[in-house]
Amino acid sequence: MKKYILKRILLMIVTLFIVASITFFLMKIIPGTPYSNPEKLTEKQRIVLDAKYGFDKPLAIQYMKYLGGLLQGDLGYSFQFEGRTVISMIKDRIGPSVMIGMQAMVFGTIIGLLLGIISALRHNTVVDYVAVTIAVLGMSIPSFVFAALLQYVVGVKLQWLPVALWESYASTILPSFALSVAVIATVARFIRSEMLEVLGQEYVVTARAKGLKESTITVKHVIRNALIPVVTMLGPLAVSIITGTLVIEKIFGVPGLGEQFTLSILVLDYSVIMGITLFYSALFIFIVFIVDVLYMFLDPRIDLSKEG
Amino acid sequence: MIKEHKEETRQQISDDLFTPLNRDQDAERIDMSPPVSFWKEAMQRLMKNKGAVLSIIILVMLSLLALIGPSMNDHTYKAQNLAHTHLPPKIEGLEWLGFNGQDVKGNDVYEARGIEENYWFGTDEFGRDLWTRVWKGVQISLFIAVVAAALDLIIGIVYGGVSAFYGGRLDSVMQRIIEILVGIPNLIIIILFILILEPGVTSIILAMVITGWVGMARVVRGQTLKLKGQDFILAAKTLGASNTRIIFKHLLPNSMGPIIVTVMFTIPTAIFFEAFLSFIGLGLQPPLASLGVLIEDGYKTMRNFPYKLIYPAVIISLVMISFNLLADGLRDALDPKMRN
Repeated sequence: MKKYILKRILLMIVTLFIVASITFFLMKIIPGTPYSNPEKLTEKQRIVLDAKYGFDKPLAIQYMKYLGGLLQGDLGYSFQFEGRTVISMIKDRIGPSVMIGMQAMVFGTIIGLLLGIISALRHNTVVDYVAVTIAVLGMSIPSFVFAALLQYVVGVKLQWLPVALWESYASTILPSFALSVAVIATVARFIRSEMLEVLGQEYVVTARAKGLKESTITVKHVIRNALIPVVTMLGPLAVSIITGTLVIEKIFGVPGLGEQFTLSILVLDYSVIMGITLFYSALFIFIVFIVDVLYMFLDPRIDLSKEG
Repeated sequence: MIKEHKEETRQQISDDLFTPLNRDQDAERIDMSPPVSFWKEAMQRLMKNKGAVLSIIILVMLSLLALIGPSMNDHTYKAQNLAHTHLPPKIEGLEWLGFNGQDVKGNDVYEARGIEENYWFGTDEFGRDLWTRVWKGVQISLFIAVVAAALDLIIGIVYGGVSAFYGGRLDSVMQRIIEILVGIPNLIIIILFILILEPGVTSIILAMVITGWVGMARVVRGQTLKLKGQDFILAAKTLGASNTRIIFKHLLPNSMGPIIVTVMFTIPTAIFFEAFLSFIGLGLQPPLASLGVLIEDGYKTMRNFPYKLIYPAVIISLVMISFNLLADGLRDALDPKMRN
């Protein structure tokens, strides 16, 4: 167990190092410069700017400096916003993203669990069919298509909620809901099939045979055991939420990290793209790690160290 | 009381109810049943799945429309006609379905501007025919997805197959590489690659394949490892079959089920990624059309011209739903556990 965790931590560091290197070299071969009007710059201005950002040094030195900065938690300065560090930009922008992300995760998981459990308990009834249909729709319709339609119907047509502003709590509802649809669908599908499998297990038959109340069986035996594998879904779901924020924030005008990322891509703000890429990767790797370890604690039958 | 009851039951069961089993007849019956191949049985199971059958029908119809749709009228996907900008959809006889040529305020734009011709899905801000553009977009999106899935398939089979078949140190090195690749969030790497490649169909496909093959490689490796130790492979080896023969005649055909299911799930993912990239402005460049480009275009003006968003949005949803349902159905149909 300890050995496994150690191995995973080592792998995490290697992965992050590789992501950092890939990002660095990709950014170096991107066509175009981060200066907004490169053809208008005189030779002299170019040299001064290059020296300021360290572009005049050999690539190897730039790379070492970049890695050295990373170790000290320094992601460099933004090209677009004079004098702002990438770290401070991430700090400013992360709040709204976490807010809608967490809301989507919690809301989506709860609704998904309810939907899935009800549909498994009412297997092959109308309730089940409705739940399965909702799950298939939620899994299939791209989040940004759903968000755009939601914005049109609820924001423009019905005018119940703000279309795209970041002012009060009401503005968090639509983006969170748009993000949570995929979570609802995935969780509902997953817990449904888990429940159906557990319901067919012999220990459930035994519990019935010894005369336990149906409600006790459902809660103590079926739901409890079906919940454990749902934990494995949390990692991929968190990732899909992070991905979703890239477009959802753009659609609803949420001043979050995803919106900053898409903006920086369009203006080629290298250091911000690199910084946010690394931040997302680290977050992603960390979440998957936590979920794996959590799963091992919850279900002693799983021994990940023996896999592969 | 109880004794009496027992006596009664005993009397009801007379001896002539018991006849010896005709073993010859039984043997004959077993021989009579024709052997059903795995694929035939899987096909029968798939055909019983209503959702999967409906999905196949929808996908066939959409693919046909994607092929012939752009040539069903005289417009091309990029021809502009500035006199015919922003016309709402209008189809003779289908006015009650919303194809009535009226804008959001309910005015008949065709009448007001004196336009004789009907545009089935309306036109965009350059007067381009949206019917043609939408089906052209479906064509391009499906093309990107199918090619990306095919490349994932080839790379995945080679990588996973080699890794599992040869095993040993090679396998562990190849597995470490996969473990690292899996740890990288693929959409972000795709975005970075799109940035360095010229935007276009080829670069989108390449960017998606760079990380996409890993899933397929894992499936193939798992299958190969499972099959490698089984007796029929040992028998083939004993009979002197070459490695190529074992891989192509024994290992691959027996891993086909999970491979097909993985491909079917890859296609909708690829369609989603393409649309996603186009939506954040990194996808295809106009005048080319893909579902993502059209949705992005429609989204920008959805307040006044909602029809521009609705058709591509509905079609991409239909495609995604159908592929997911079909993949689900295939997974259930090909699952060996379901075979009795």
